[in-house]
Amino acid sequence: MSTATVTADQRNVISRMWNDKENRSVIIQIIAFIAILAFFGFMGRNAVLNLEALGKGFSFDFLFQPASYDINQTLIEYDSRSPHLRATIVGIINTLLVAVCGIILATILGFILGVLRLSNNWITNRLAYVYIEYVRNVPVLVHILMVHGFIVHTLPIPKQAINFGDAAFLTNRGLFSPKPLFEPLFWIVFGLFVAGIIFTIWFRRYAKRVQDSTGKQYPVFWISLAAIIGLPFLSYFILGSPIEWQIPYLKGFNFKDGLVIRPEFIALWLALSLYTAAFIGENVRAGILAVNYGQTEAASALGVSRGRTLSLVVIPQALRVIIPPLTSQYLNLTKNSSLAIAIGYMDIVATIGGISLNQTGREMECMIIVLLLYLVISLLISASMNWYNKRIKIVER
Amino acid sequence: MTDQMKTKQYVPGEHPDMPPPAGISGPVAWVKNNLLSSPLNVVLTVISLWALYKIVPGSLEWMFFDAAYTGKDRNECLAKAGGACWAFVGERFELFTYGFYPAEERWRVNLAFILLPIALIPILWDKCPFRKIGIWFAIAYPFIAGWLLLGGFGLESVPTDKFGGFMLTLVIGVTGITFSLPIGILLALGRMSNLPIIRMFSVCFIEFIRGVPLITLLFVASTMLSYFLPPGTSFDLLLRVLIMVTLFASAYMAEVIRGGLQAIPKGQTEAADSMGLKYWQSMRLIVLPQALKISIPGIVNTFIGLYKDSVLVIVIGLLDPLGIGRASVATTEWGGLSTEIYVFVAIFFFISCFAMSRYSLYLERKLETSHKR
Repeated sequence: MSTATVTADQRNVISRMWNDKENRSVIIQIIAFIAILAFFGFMGRNAVLNLEALGKGFSFDFLFQPASYDINQTLIEYDSRSPHLRATIVGIINTLLVAVCGIILATILGFILGVLRLSNNWITNRLAYVYIEYVRNVPVLVHILMVHGFIVHTLPIPKQAINFGDAAFLTNRGLFSPKPLFEPLFWIVFGLFVAGIIFTIWFRRYAKRVQDSTGKQYPVFWISLAAIIGLPFLSYFILGSPIEWQIPYLKGFNFKDGLVIRPEFIALWLALSLYTAAFIGENVRAGILAVNYGQTEAASALGVSRGRTLSLVVIPQALRVIIPPLTSQYLNLTKNSSLAIAIGYMDIVATIGGISLNQTGREMECMIIVLLLYLVISLLISASMNWYNKRIKIVER
Repeated sequence: MTDQMKTKQYVPGEHPDMPPPAGISGPVAWVKNNLLSSPLNVVLTVISLWALYKIVPGSLEWMFFDAAYTGKDRNECLAKAGGACWAFVGERFELFTYGFYPAEERWRVNLAFILLPIALIPILWDKCPFRKIGIWFAIAYPFIAGWLLLGGFGLESVPTDKFGGFMLTLVIGVTGITFSLPIGILLALGRMSNLPIIRMFSVCFIEFIRGVPLITLLFVASTMLSYFLPPGTSFDLLLRVLIMVTLFASAYMAEVIRGGLQAIPKGQTEAADSMGLKYWQSMRLIVLPQALKISIPGIVNTFIGLYKDSVLVIVIGLLDPLGIGRASVATTEWGGLSTEIYVFVAIFFFISCFAMSRYSLYLERKLETSHKR
């Protein structure tokens, strides 16, 4: 310190401040802050000037004006007189629908692929490897277009539909399946189903408590199965099948009635799932390999059966390794669903970021809405996966 | 007892080499161990063979044996063969390679294509002769290629809306890769920095970019970005797209590099500090070389992702190979082709991405040995 005071008067004030670490960090931050502020201020000023020159202004009023375009897949009521806001909501629902369906299918396929990659069977192993390498090294947009092209060009026209027992029909206009029409009594069945789930959650905890204190084991799996699946099924038939199935039928050039699953949805769903499954498969494989083989050996030395070794020893430990990369795969799938626009599936980007944007000319507002929606969805997914990850994390001393 | 009596006694060291017992090695044993070891395994083998039987002969027939390789249009193909029609690849090869680049200037694109491997070899191969000069050339390559393709400074300038095909993929890939690495390093350092404002800015930037799909950013580039420029100015769509792609890749790059930075023990920075190194010196000489080395596999994976993502530009109307292919389907000559185009583009991407991922695996293995103690 004494040397600093000796030389202090020889140096000017600025260099003294610059040579002090703490002062320097404050100066750097102030400069950075001003630079960032200036940059955004400059852009904001440009935006205001440009919008003014075009006479556009900045407002979200257009959201309440009629959208006047049709959407081919809507889960909620929508017609061309509905406002842009409703079109946006339809888009959000469509995005979430394909994301959730895709995540479920991709997880199932991914776990199967991961296990097949670890199989001793040489042919199966190689087949899974070839599949994974092919899928991972080709852009997902190409997959989506390819599956869509296959459905539209290769599947038969409605008159020559592939017939599943006269109930469901697969054509190049989509999959036509029976549509359930719920009668009032059905809600009893549904109530029993929910009650079954609640009972199972309670019963699992109860069974674990009993096992911890007395060592007695209940057949938890079978009782849960009976409560969740068995009871609703039984009540369904006792109540006299309170669902009426509306079967699609051919009329003119297309099918009428029934539940239509459109080719765009099928293509996007399948392509995203098949693509993401390859990545999940590799994550699952890495996760299982990360569990030391000694764990399995120790379990069998204790006389634990093979199935219980898997479910109680290997999988819980593997999941800890699998969950973080799985989260980013789910995020990727959701974000990749925005490629829907290439095949005309009406998701967020295609509704508010596509047609609404072009019709109203409000690029700025529309794009801000789209970006915010994706940010919120991404944050929700990573938050829920972080919560799950924390729950299954190893409890350390 | 009788067996033991029969075995011949050998003097130690003179035992002749015997073949292994039957059933332990050889093709039959291999099949037994790998394909038929348990009932489940037998079932898997049967299912796999059935799947192979269902897929392979049909695909080969369609792709090669029953395919038409030459012809002027689709009808000519259909007359020749019932399978794939590859004639469009030959007929439209120039479009697929150069886009709409003027014919008399195509030597410049060719030169850029030829210089690319010359720039890559010194980076990829660590025992390359004259590696130092080579790496300087590799750093200069993006700028040389940019000059060749764009023109100016003595060359006739070519507007970027003439770019297309594989050349466009190359432009997006090389630009993204060259600029996303340094920006990614800066963002990663910013995120790890002690200065709260810089850290906050880096975190916000990275998380924002990673939270939205690339396609929305491309839409921002094509529709909204011009609002943020001073009134009266505008710049090229391709340039806007390149900026977005680079920023997108650099956010992912930053996270990969941050993983590498976090793996470096704190003692390294402290040691550098105690030697009197300044922040940038300690980063440049001590921390980054180690951090980048362990994050190389992740960096290559980000490159592969960026390269694959380059096809998304078709959504905003740029014509990369996929875009050219789709435009071809819309013409009268080649109308009705669909699978062929996608298979062709898929093969192109598969070859280049598979090569990159193999290289990344090779690097991973090489680096792993050097880290073993």
